[in-house]
Amino acid sequence: MTKQQQLENIKRLSGTEPAKCMKCGKCSGRCPAYKDMDIKPHQFVNYLEKGKLDKLLASKAIWNCLSCMACVERCPRGVAPAGVIEAVRETVKRAIGGNGMKAEDIPPVVDEFIPQQLLVSAYRKYNK
Amino acid sequence: MKICYYPGCTLKTKAKALDRYARLSAAALGVEMEEMENWQCCGAVYPMARDEIATKLSAVRALDYARHNGGKLLTLCSACHNVIKRTNDDMKNDADIRTRTNNYLKLDEVYAGETEVVHYLEMLKNIVGFAEIKKKVVKPVNKKIGAYYGCLLLRPSGVMAFDDPENPTIIEDFIRAIGGTPVNYPFRNECCGAYVSFKNQDLTERRSNMILHSAAEKGAESLVTACPLCLYNLQKNSDHSLPVVYFTELLAEALGVKDD
Repeated sequence: MTKQQQLENIKRLSGTEPAKCMKCGKCSGRCPAYKDMDIKPHQFVNYLEKGKLDKLLASKAIWNCLSCMACVERCPRGVAPAGVIEAVRETVKRAIGGNGMKAEDIPPVVDEFIPQQLLVSAYRKYNK
Repeated sequence: MKICYYPGCTLKTKAKALDRYARLSAAALGVEMEEMENWQCCGAVYPMARDEIATKLSAVRALDYARHNGGKLLTLCSACHNVIKRTNDDMKNDADIRTRTNNYLKLDEVYAGETEVVHYLEMLKNIVGFAEIKKKVVKPVNKKIGAYYGCLLLRPSGVMAFDDPENPTIIEDFIRAIGGTPVNYPFRNECCGAYVSFKNQDLTERRSNMILHSAAEKGAESLVTACPLCLYNLQKNSDHSLPVVYFTELLAEALGVKDD
C-alpha cells in the first residue's frame, strides 16, 4: 500500500472525520492516560489530517490508550480520537510481527483472581 | 416475568458472586433470569475499527437468540453490556456492517438490531422499580457507599444511553433503595486502567489509587461496581484497602437472600 492508501485506510477504519476537529484540546485534557501518551489524542487527529503516517505508526501511545471513550464523549465536534487511535493500533498489529503482546507475557501477570475479561480484552486490543 | 440472560465468561469463573447474587435477588423480585443457550464470549472489548465483522459475531448471535426469546437481552457484566449494546447499534444503523454480518451468519431472518439490550441496573430501575425494591428490603444496608460507574456503562453515551455520562445517578438511586447512603466523589465515572494493567501496571495503579483515595476522602466505607475488571484493578492494582464489592451482593444482602 502507498502512504496515501494507508492514510485513507486508517481514516476509513476510524469512522471519523479529522477535518471536523476545531483544535480545542478537550479530548487530551480529559484523557486519563495523558502522561503515558507520547502522541496525545488531539495529535492523533491532527497527524491523520496532516498525513503524518510515520509518526502515527511509531506511536507508543496506542498501547496505553484505555478505550475509555472520555475523549469521544467530550468532543464538541463529534470527532472520535479513540477511533483514530484504534485504527492506528489495528494498522500496526495487522502487519506481520505487529502484535503488541506475546504468549510468554501472560504467565507473569496471572494470579488467582485475574478475570478472564482482562486476558480476553488485552488479547483483543494488543494482538490481531 | 422471564427475561433472556447473557452471563458472559467472567461471571462463570472469577466473578461468580456477581452472577449468583443477581439471580437470587431477581428471583426475590419476581424476575426469572433465563440463561440463553450456547452463548459465546462477547470478546470483552467492542471492536471499534469499522471493518471488524468476525469479532462481532458472538454478540450478534446472542442478540438474534434473544429476539426469538422474548425480545430483550439482559446483561450484567459492564463489558458484555458495552460490547453487545454497541454491536446492536451497528446492526441497526450501519448498513455495511449489517449486510456483511448477515451475509456471514445466514440467519433465517435478517437481524437489524431488533433486540432491546437491558443492563441489570436498568432492569431494576425500569422493570422492577426502585420503589418496589425498597418495599422488599428486609435488611437495609445502612452504610456510606460510593457508586463506581467506570466507563463501560456510560460511554459513548449516544449509544449506551444508560445515564447522564457526566453526572449519573442510577447507582446512587439503587444505593438509596437498599437503605444505604450514596457518597458523591469526583472520580466515579473515571477509567480504572482497564486492560492496560497488562502492559502498563503503573498506569492502572495511578488510576485505581486516585479513584479509591478520592472515594475514601469523601467518606465512602465501600464501593460498588458491576465490572469484574474494575473490581480486580481497584483491589489488586492499588495501595488502598477500601472494600470494593459487586452491587448485586449488597442487593442480595438487603433483600435477605444472600446465601453465605
